[in-house]
Amino acid sequence: MTRLRYIAGETLRMLTLLAAVSILSFVLVSASPIDPLTAYIGSNSTLSQEAKDEIVAHWGLADPPVERFMAWAGNFLKGDWGTSIAFKKPVKTVIQERFSYSVVLMLIAWILSGVLGFLAGIFAAVKKGTWIDKTIKTFCLALQSAPTFWVGLLALSLFAVQLGWFPIGLAAPMGKLAADVTLGDRIHHLILPSLTLGVLGIGKITLYTRQKLIEIMASDHILFAKARGESTRQLVCRHGLRNIALPAVTVQFASFSELFGGIALAESVFSCPGIGSALTTAGLSGDVPLLLGIAVFSAIFVFAGNLIADILYGLLDPRIKEGWMNG
Amino acid sequence: MEEKQTKRTLLDVRDLSVSFSMYDRGLQKKDLEVLHRLSLRVDEGEILAVVGSSGSGKSILAHAVMGILPGNARVEGEILYRGERLDRKRQEALRGKEIALIPQSVDYLDPLMRVDAQVIGTRGTREAQEAAFDRFHLKKDVGRMYPFQLSGGMARRVLICTAVMEEARLIVADEPTPGLDAEMAMETLQDLRKLADGGCGVLLITHDIDLAFHVADRIAVFYAGTTVESAPVADFLAGKEALRHPYSRAFIDALPQNDFRPIDGVQPYAGSLPEGCLFAGRCPQRSAACAGDIPLRKIRDGEVRCIHAT
Repeated sequence: MTRLRYIAGETLRMLTLLAAVSILSFVLVSASPIDPLTAYIGSNSTLSQEAKDEIVAHWGLADPPVERFMAWAGNFLKGDWGTSIAFKKPVKTVIQERFSYSVVLMLIAWILSGVLGFLAGIFAAVKKGTWIDKTIKTFCLALQSAPTFWVGLLALSLFAVQLGWFPIGLAAPMGKLAADVTLGDRIHHLILPSLTLGVLGIGKITLYTRQKLIEIMASDHILFAKARGESTRQLVCRHGLRNIALPAVTVQFASFSELFGGIALAESVFSCPGIGSALTTAGLSGDVPLLLGIAVFSAIFVFAGNLIADILYGLLDPRIKEGWMNG
Repeated sequence: MEEKQTKRTLLDVRDLSVSFSMYDRGLQKKDLEVLHRLSLRVDEGEILAVVGSSGSGKSILAHAVMGILPGNARVEGEILYRGERLDRKRQEALRGKEIALIPQSVDYLDPLMRVDAQVIGTRGTREAQEAAFDRFHLKKDVGRMYPFQLSGGMARRVLICTAVMEEARLIVADEPTPGLDAEMAMETLQDLRKLADGGCGVLLITHDIDLAFHVADRIAVFYAGTTVESAPVADFLAGKEALRHPYSRAFIDALPQNDFRPIDGVQPYAGSLPEGCLFAGRCPQRSAACAGDIPLRKIRDGEVRCIHAT
């Protein structure tokens, strides 16, 4: 019962969040100097004033903002997300195509940062205070403070330009027909961007895991386990990991927002045809429907990450789980 | 009594001092002495109760014996176990096997591990765990619970079970009774009594002298980081005349069932212990010599750190 109520509550929160995000995005776009008409016909258009007025009337650009928002929101709910000006395709199709590419990139980066970060964090915590710990910590802080595009450029100039191990960008070799592109080609092109994105996420999870494990290792139950003759290795494996796994997983799911932010930059640097570069294109070309569509979509994505984290906590932490079952 | 004295000494703590280096104001380091020349002895088959007020560092004694003090602790003096020095290496080899700790609270159990797995630990067997549960009247399904689901009494007994999984000879019980009702507390102490009657030595650390009266063989009075007097329980029950140290006498006087008369003053703070006798500041018998070295003296059946004691 409690669990059902919890999920219902979360869904309600999600709906209010989406409403807030769309209203805020709409207000921002309306207040920006972007003129949808100019974005559509181009600034050097020879269209007559009458024709322009007709388009304005057709789109309802002269209507009051609230009316325009309601029209957009109504269509959005009906599944009509508008047409992208930059891509000349329905927004929904653009997001679908672009996201199916980005999701692979994000997934690799996410797993990479999660696994490596978790291991590095444990290692640093066990070796707390030694030079190994300090090196890991410094490295993480440096990564945390480094901007994505800069790390991406560094990776490009080293691995793609200097060493020539990886292609400079794009999703597939240039000049190859889409039908001829192999899985190997795709993977080859994915390595650098996902590495860049993943490396940027490592810092956070490493530092978090390290801090949490140090905290756990100083707790009373570890002291007691030690008094019962457990070795350091047993302490970490039997009690340490058990107690940090859940918070670490949670942090990793909650990092969806950074992942989405990072992908916008990483994809631009590596010219990847994902949702991140679509967002940049939409912003640069004043493609309002696509901008709004991606804004709402990213809100759903980030919220889903947080929701999964919350639900996982309830499923895996016995203290919450048994409470749900009894409550 | 006579019979017990022929038994072998298990734990012999001699002049144990434990201090922690910590940062005072700014970056100045300061040594905080929590235990100060503490001496005590636990024989096979007996319960020695270390009695003192809460928060006075009694747990540090337990942790020092187990070798689980934090890294910034400095230990001086000697701890002997069965006649041999109990150094780090021996502590690591013996703890959990011959020397068992019964910790203060349920917080000493891993919150995310089922109770049975914790009682079994790294070396125990399922059979031994079930036998221990039987012995301390814990139902089988308690084993499938997590620590947060245990009641205070169950948690206590689970903690005691961990101590009997292996043939422990010395059991260090750190405040095993707080949070229990009188009946439950008595039962817990009876459990310890049973272990002692089976040949274990028990070092019982408690603030509750009434409970100690019921089960202990000897009582050591803990004051400002040291034991000022250890004596057979009979002496404490006989009243203050039978005791040796002025603090123990005042302690007895302060009990509700006696005069209920508090002692003036407070215990000296761990950072600013006086030279010589730690009780001198509150002692009616104080003399100039009390500022000097106060040796541990054997008087009648007990030991006392007071130059005036008779």
